[in-house]
Amino acid sequence: MNFDFSDDQKQLRDQARKFLTEKCSPKAVRVVLDGKAPYDKELWKGLAEMGFLGVAIPEEFGGAGAGHLELCVIAEEMGRANAPVPFSSTVYLAAEALLIAGSDAQKKKWLPAIVSGEAIGTLALFEGKGNPSPKNIKLAAAGGVLNGVKRPVADGAIANFAVVAARTGTGGRDGDISLFLVDLKAGGVEVKSLTNLDPTRGQAELTFRDCKAEPLGAAGEGWSILTEVLNRAAVLCAFEQVGGADRALEMGRDYALDRIAFGRQIGSFQAVKHMLADMYVSATLARSNSYYGAWALSTNATELPEAAAAARISATQAFQHCAKNNIQVHGGMGFTWEFDCHMYYRRANAMALGLGSLSYWEDQLIDRMRKKNAA
Amino acid sequence: MNFDDTPQEAEFRATARAWIAANAPKQYEEELRKSSLGRTQLKNANILEVAKAWQKRKADAGWACLHWPKDYGGRGASPIERVIWQQEEGPFGKLSGMFIIGHGMCGPTMMAFAREEHKRTYLPPLASGEKVWCQLFSEPAGGSDVAGLRTRAEKDGDDWVINGQKIWTSGAHYSDYGILLTRTDPNVPKHKGLTMFFLDMKSPAVEVRPIKQASGASDFNEVYFTNVRIPDHQRLGEVNDGWNVSLTTLMNERMSIGAGVSTGFPELFDYCSSLMLDDGPAIEDRAVRSKLANWAVKASGLRYTSMRAISALSKGERPGPENSIGKLVAGSMIQDVATYALDLQGAAGVVSGPQDAEVAGRFQAMLLRAPGTRVEGGTDEIMRNIIAERVLGLPGDIRVDKDVPFNKIPTKGRS
Repeated sequence: MNFDFSDDQKQLRDQARKFLTEKCSPKAVRVVLDGKAPYDKELWKGLAEMGFLGVAIPEEFGGAGAGHLELCVIAEEMGRANAPVPFSSTVYLAAEALLIAGSDAQKKKWLPAIVSGEAIGTLALFEGKGNPSPKNIKLAAAGGVLNGVKRPVADGAIANFAVVAARTGTGGRDGDISLFLVDLKAGGVEVKSLTNLDPTRGQAELTFRDCKAEPLGAAGEGWSILTEVLNRAAVLCAFEQVGGADRALEMGRDYALDRIAFGRQIGSFQAVKHMLADMYVSATLARSNSYYGAWALSTNATELPEAAAAARISATQAFQHCAKNNIQVHGGMGFTWEFDCHMYYRRANAMALGLGSLSYWEDQLIDRMRKKNAA
Repeated sequence: MNFDDTPQEAEFRATARAWIAANAPKQYEEELRKSSLGRTQLKNANILEVAKAWQKRKADAGWACLHWPKDYGGRGASPIERVIWQQEEGPFGKLSGMFIIGHGMCGPTMMAFAREEHKRTYLPPLASGEKVWCQLFSEPAGGSDVAGLRTRAEKDGDDWVINGQKIWTSGAHYSDYGILLTRTDPNVPKHKGLTMFFLDMKSPAVEVRPIKQASGASDFNEVYFTNVRIPDHQRLGEVNDGWNVSLTTLMNERMSIGAGVSTGFPELFDYCSSLMLDDGPAIEDRAVRSKLANWAVKASGLRYTSMRAISALSKGERPGPENSIGKLVAGSMIQDVATYALDLQGAAGVVSGPQDAEVAGRFQAMLLRAPGTRVEGGTDEIMRNIIAERVLGLPGDIRVDKDVPFNKIPTKGRS
């Protein structure tokens, strides 16, 4: 049994950590947090130069053609660094949708541009509150144009193109949904930035008015493609969450060792020690579940939906748990804008919702386990 | 990243599997599979006898205590081979319960500290289950604070004379031997005046009294020593160095990797899969699904954490500290799972008799046994201290009794 990343993959992780430690310090993150830039353009360029944007994209489309395990270790580091770039939207969602369903021409147009950092992509799925479901999609596609509103769309204000889920049938069934590819700079889309929990990753409202769009994948196949995209993204996001959880735990541990109160390190009080021990427990469970997700993703296993849901739930819980208790360990200082704790708190809670909230993934997990049990 | 055996591992697995298929007591397989925490028993047989017979059979064929040297009754197998064996043994592994202390703690301590002739005499029958061992550490005054124990050992000629009381001794009532931690010098700080021995539990003046647990069952005992004589050659380690000896024992108490800890989740998922609530199947109920999903990811998290440790073993590395979370997570989880299963039963959940209760009362038995899992082998609080101190590197607790002679330490709080 070798349920671990390879030495090469671990080396890649170290390389990514070193790069991000230099190029993505908390100070750099704060430029975006404080609204001085929509995202860190220099970092994005650097990620392209390092080859990180195309690590799982085949060589014929300009990528490194490595694989999803390599992408997982990079994702972990992106989460650790709280990187203020549209990595998840572009790489986990848009690129994966293209890889799953794109025509050769579509792949040739967009994938090399993703690899080089020229194109930012995203997925336009949600329409107000509610979880992923064909019933919640009202945006209509007819005669090659889209009409409707998507909100929230992660990185929607900076994206060059979007994969859009649209209604092509009249019912609420899976087959009533199709996917479309939209060049957001070609007109027909009104973009409005939305204030959101995590300013280091923008959210937007996109209004489509007779907007030209080309189909991505076959008509009526949209929901099944989307489900696959979400499963893949759930694993990759889980690694970001695991990275964030680990960093929040470290920050809490370091502060507990450093801070003196009542004449001793606060990390010597059991109330604090036990809180940190519990953070370690949830981060470890999340990491192990995410490894299983990585295995399923990288081997294209039939277990992917179950593994992705478990990774998603576990990593979401762990990041939220570690981020909120990191603030608690820091006490009052943790609640200042000046300390970095809130950046992870914001990211943890925004990420908990981005691919559909916990209740959606709980349903996915139990459905799958039930089917397996019945089989 | 894969779950595949190496060719050697696959060969070992095939050999183990074939031997188990040909030799295991198949007639009990189904019952053992269905047994869960608080209820590991056989309807028509004495489980201790079945367990001893299985252990002897394994020993005769070289499948007992796989990781021990052959000279001491083991197989000289690698850690990963031991894990593979446990995976293959499956439900029959539940028969090893009565040997866990002896094989997991007493044996390794003897191996590290006993004289060679004693190792050759005592270890093979321990491995084969012909002799059962217990561990006599905890006392009424020293549970988590084990070094606070008061049982005295005083030198008299070539013997030591033991007086005192132990408590929470698993299996003392059917044990042949035990390892015993005593106080040999009360005039020095508590960790510095302890000495370890092994002794014959059938010695005169060793009195074993079962403890009736909160669950009603009796798995543990009090053991009284009144002028019990132990020859000096049965001392393990130096005089007054018993604390270091006990650390070896306790290090081996760490949950054995691969055996898997009981979370109660598979039982709950099975139950909910067929349970009908007032407004439909439980498994379709939003609230039930949410609870199940949350426990599912804890159970799978533990499973894959254990696989990460096994992978380290397979590569010949030492597993990291991740595995220390198992008991902490599983202990409180199984209690919560049992509580929830009863909640789903409504008022009928109060009925616990196997004849009348839902699913033969397995969740009621689980609920009543569960508090013990959060205490035995290190309380939840001690486990959190271990994680905080050894994994995260946080400071140890401030110990007000650290440098005080043992006989000057206060023994009572409010008076």
